[in-house]
Amino acid sequence: MSAGTNPDNSRPTDEIVDVLIIGAGASGAAVAWSLADTRMKILCLEQGDWIKPTDFPTNGRDWEARRYADFDISPNRRGRDTDYPVNDDNSIMKIANFNGVGGGTVLFTAHYPRMHPSDFRVRTLDGVADDWPIDYWTLEPYFAENDRMTGVAGLAGDPAYPPHQPNLPPVPLGRTGTRYAQAVNKLGWHWWPSDIAIATTEYDGRGKCINLNHCTPGCAQGAKGGVDVTYWPHAMRNRVELRTRCRVREITTNEHGMAAGAVYYDANGVERFQPAEIVILAANGVGTPRLLLNSASARFPAGLANSSGLVGRNLMLHPWPMVFGYVEEEMDGDRGPQTVMWSKEFYETDPARNFVRGYTLQFTRGTGPANEAITSMAAGRLHWGRDHHRVYRTLHYHRLLIGVACEDLPEAHNRVTLDPVLKDGHGVPAPKIDYTISENTRRMMEHGIARASEILEAAGAKNISCSRTALNYPGHLLGTARMGLDPERSVVNEWGRCHDVKNLFIVDGSIWVTSSGVNPTSTIQALGLYIADSIKQRLGNLFD
Amino acid sequence: MAVGLAPELNAEELRDFRRLAGFMVPASAEYGVPGADDDTIFADIVASLGRDRDFVGEALLLLRQSAAGDYAGLDEAKAEDLAMTLLGGESPAITALGRAVLQCYYRDDRVMRSLGIEPQAPFPKGRVLEQGDWSLLDPVRGRPRMWRDIDGAGT
Repeated sequence: MSAGTNPDNSRPTDEIVDVLIIGAGASGAAVAWSLADTRMKILCLEQGDWIKPTDFPTNGRDWEARRYADFDISPNRRGRDTDYPVNDDNSIMKIANFNGVGGGTVLFTAHYPRMHPSDFRVRTLDGVADDWPIDYWTLEPYFAENDRMTGVAGLAGDPAYPPHQPNLPPVPLGRTGTRYAQAVNKLGWHWWPSDIAIATTEYDGRGKCINLNHCTPGCAQGAKGGVDVTYWPHAMRNRVELRTRCRVREITTNEHGMAAGAVYYDANGVERFQPAEIVILAANGVGTPRLLLNSASARFPAGLANSSGLVGRNLMLHPWPMVFGYVEEEMDGDRGPQTVMWSKEFYETDPARNFVRGYTLQFTRGTGPANEAITSMAAGRLHWGRDHHRVYRTLHYHRLLIGVACEDLPEAHNRVTLDPVLKDGHGVPAPKIDYTISENTRRMMEHGIARASEILEAAGAKNISCSRTALNYPGHLLGTARMGLDPERSVVNEWGRCHDVKNLFIVDGSIWVTSSGVNPTSTIQALGLYIADSIKQRLGNLFD
Repeated sequence: MAVGLAPELNAEELRDFRRLAGFMVPASAEYGVPGADDDTIFADIVASLGRDRDFVGEALLLLRQSAAGDYAGLDEAKAEDLAMTLLGGESPAITALGRAVLQCYYRDDRVMRSLGIEPQAPFPKGRVLEQGDWSLLDPVRGRPRMWRDIDGAGT
C-alpha cells in the first residue's frame, strides 16, 4: 500500500497521519477520543469554527432573534461562510445541521434516548426494511461509556428500556412536566423522565444547568453535553489534533484502490492535500454521501465506496409532528431545558394499528417570549392588530407541546445527490435532497397526533393544533451509507469499514440501517465508540 | 456562503413600514405597552432586519402597490384595512416581516416588564425551575417490562 500519494503535485502536501477524521461532530469526537489511546497520530479536519461560550445567543438580549440568524438550524438560513448550501426544495422536510466543532450537538435539544433492542430487528419482528448486523447488546457497553463521557441526566427503572443507570439526577419536572404527568396517568399510559445530555450537577469540569432557556441555540453555561465540551477537551489532551476551517473537497485513492488522504481548503482558502493511512468519515447523513459522491474517480466512477449504488440512498429524516395546546395556569415557559419526559406507550409495533413500527412522544416546555409570538403567528393562533395583546397573554407561559418522533423506514428514492448547479463557497458541488414521507409513516403521524391531542385534552388544554412538518425539521440525517454484511446491499460492514475501500470507515448517522423512533445522538456516539474499538482490536490486520 | 448585507430601507419604505408596524402591534393603554412603531422599538426593528431585509422590502412594495403608491397618505381606516389585508396573506415575505417585528418587540424592556419578565439576557443569572411532583411517577414504576427482547440477552 502506498497511502499518502498526492494526486496533484501542484498543491501543498501535509505530513502524513495515521488517522484522518473528517468532521468534529458527535461521532468524529467520540472516535477521536477513543482512538487516542492507541498513540497513533490522529488529525481531525473540521470545516467550521470553535464556538466560544461567549458567542452563544443567551449572552445577549437578542438571544431569540439569533436562533433565526447566525444560530438558525438551517444552513441555508444561517449562511455562515463555514456552511454549505443544501438544495432541499424537493423535500417536504428541510435539512438542519451545524458546521463547527461539536457539529449538530451545538444546537441539539440534548434529548438523549438510546435506540431500543427491537429497533435492530425490524425485518425479523415486523417484516419490513432490514435488520441491523449488530444488536442492542453489542452496543450496550458503549452506551454506558458514552453516558459517562457525556453526563446524562435521567432516572433508572424505565420499564420501556433494558436496565441502565443515567449518571446524573433527572431534569426537574417543573409545572409543565407535572401537568403532563397528571394527564398521562389519567389515561393510564407510560411516561418517564427523559434521558437528557445536560449536567444537572457539576460534571467533568462543567457547570450545572441554570435553566437559561431552551437548549437549541447553544448553551452559554456549558451544561449541555455537546461534544465541544465533552469529548474534544479530553481528545485534545490526549494529543489529537483538531484543525478548524478546513473544508474537505474529496477523498483520493491510490493505485491499490485504498484511500490516500483528502484534498481540502485550509482557513486561508489554500487547497492542500492531507495524506493518511486510515480515513474516517464523520460528516453525517448529508455531508458524508456528498463527500463520497464528490470523490468519484476513474476507478470509482459512481462515487467512492459506491459499488452498491446505495451511497446517498435511504435517507431518513424522522418526521416529527408537533401538537400544541394552551392551559389557563402558568407553566414553565422558557424556564428550563426544553425537554421534560417521554412516553413509549406507542413505541413498539401493535398489529391492531394500520402501520408498523412506532413513535416516541416527547413532552416539552414552552418557549421564549419572541419565539412564542413568531411561532403562534405562523400557526394562526395569534393575530395582528387590536386583539394582539389579549391573545398573546393567553399563550406565553401557557404552552404545552408534544412532539411525535416517528420512525420512517428506508426507501431508496429518498436520497442525497449532487446538485448540478449549486456549490459552496469553495466551488464544491452542494447536496440535493429528494424526500417524501411514506404512507406507513403518514398513518403513524396521524396516530401520534391523535394520541398527543388526547393527552393535551386530559391536561385541560384548549386551542389544540398541530404542525405536521412546516415548523419542524429535527436534523436527524440517517441511512445514506447503510451498514450490512452484503456488499451489494450496503456500503459499510458490521464494524463501519467500507466494503469497497478497506482503509475508509464511516462512523456517523449515515450508516444506520433503520431510523428508530428516537433522537439519534446517543446511538450515533455509541456506534462510533464501538467502531473505534473494532479498529483497535484489529490493528494488526485492519485491511485484510 | 456568507449572508451579504442588503441596502438599507429608503425614507419612503421606512415611513410606510413604521405606519404598518403600528397596526401590526398597536400600543395599548390597557396593558401598558408601546406599539411596534414606538421610536426605540422601531429603530431596533430596522437595525435588526439582517437576513430578512429583502423580504421586508418585498412586503413593503406590495403594501405600496395596494395603496396605489401613497400608503403614508391614506386615512387611518383605509391604511389599517390595507395593512390587515397584506398581513392576511401567506408568503415568505409576510412571514419574514412578522418575524422582523416580533423578535424586536418582544425584547423591549417595557414590554418585558408588562409580561412580568425581567429585561435581561438569560446568561449568567439563569432561571429557577421547580422540581414538580415526582410522586406522579409511582404508578408507572409498577408497570411490567414493555421492551421486546428479540435477542434474548437482556433477561
